[in-house]
Amino acid sequence: MLDVPHATTTEHNETHFDLRKEAEAAGITDTLQQLEQELVGLKPVKSRVRQIASLLLIERIRQRAGLVSAPPTLHMSFTGNPGTGKTTVALRMAKILHGLGFVRRGQVISVTRDDLVGQYIGHTAPKTKEILKKAMGGVLFIDEAYYLHRPDNERDYGQESIEILLQVMENQREDLVVILAGYGERMTSFFASNPGFRSRIAHHIEFPDYAEAELLVIAELMLKERGYRFSTAAREAFEKYIALRRTQPFFSNARSIRNAVDRIRLRQADRLVSDLDRMLDVADLETVDPADVLASRVFSGGADTRSAKS
Amino acid sequence: MKITQGCFSYLPDLTDEQITRQVQYCLANGWAVNIEFTEDPHPRNIYWEMWGLPMFDLQDAAGVMMELAECRRVYGDRYIRISGFDSSHGWESVRISFLVNRPPREAEFELVRQEVGGRAIRYTTVRRQAAHAST
Repeated sequence: MLDVPHATTTEHNETHFDLRKEAEAAGITDTLQQLEQELVGLKPVKSRVRQIASLLLIERIRQRAGLVSAPPTLHMSFTGNPGTGKTTVALRMAKILHGLGFVRRGQVISVTRDDLVGQYIGHTAPKTKEILKKAMGGVLFIDEAYYLHRPDNERDYGQESIEILLQVMENQREDLVVILAGYGERMTSFFASNPGFRSRIAHHIEFPDYAEAELLVIAELMLKERGYRFSTAAREAFEKYIALRRTQPFFSNARSIRNAVDRIRLRQADRLVSDLDRMLDVADLETVDPADVLASRVFSGGADTRSAKS
Repeated sequence: MKITQGCFSYLPDLTDEQITRQVQYCLANGWAVNIEFTEDPHPRNIYWEMWGLPMFDLQDAAGVMMELAECRRVYGDRYIRISGFDSSHGWESVRISFLVNRPPREAEFELVRQEVGGRAIRYTTVRRQAAHAST
């Protein structure tokens, strides 16, 4: 009555496997390639993701060969500074897991403390369960997970949420993969005060900050996506911009670069429009001049409180 | 007396795996899945109590099964059913409903015949008190 997909393979096990075909069938080669191309830098992260993908692929083949295979624990934690690509990698990870059949649906539910923790007694459990139910069969991505735990308040409802999460992470490992993300140091203290989490998470991945050269590549990629390019002088100006911006407060890696790119577009459009009598050509429309970069606040005394947003 | 009602009522009770598949079918169709329970499985009792809220934005049946396990833990001595509500225009009604739990000792019903004026006959389904109630 029930057609169990693996029922036939367990009876007479396969003995030979075409690894390339297996990897392609699961869509890993594509996803990994995409990861390689679209994400600049992040060497340790990429190699770690590749390792996990390989392990999962081999695990799946082992299963079909009839060898002993324990369902792997897949919960992960991503730590790193703001704007280092944690969310992006989480989305890719979900694709890989789905391709290999370790999660059934492959959706990513991205939440923060507010989505999990309630406002009054009895509010937290249903709220957390609601989110967990939505995430079943996919990946639950908890951003800034350390906020779940408030060490200064013993009666904080976060603890209740943590207990429910831990229980589901342990008992329904095949239904749900949880990825915790947050900034390095605070995640360390979060794990220290919640040892249950640390031991239930198999993969701890650290996201390094980007080097200046990498940030420049990212900026150029972003411009290209939006159909712009730097002039040679503007490129040099932007290099200086990056060097300066990094030393200023509220720097958040790729996110700051994205905001800078958006503001550069704004200034470029403003510059073009300010001279209405001019005939424009395509090159004008897509080229970013040094003036567009140099007008940034970063060059004039740097970030004040308002650049908390930038 | 084995109470039967809803879909699949003449099949043996569904296993959890079969329930999972039915629930997945409901979710794939975009129906809201509800868990309901009652002590009174009379065929005319349409007001069963709901376990939690309708679940309409899930991707996977595991979430429903988690709630069902919890409901069975609390109300394992009652009848529990799962229903799928189709909210799409033109349907707006329950499309599927089946029992997923019955108490260890099931309810007993009997049909009572009553003669009324002009030799007309009325039938009523009456719940019989459990025969072993006194022991």
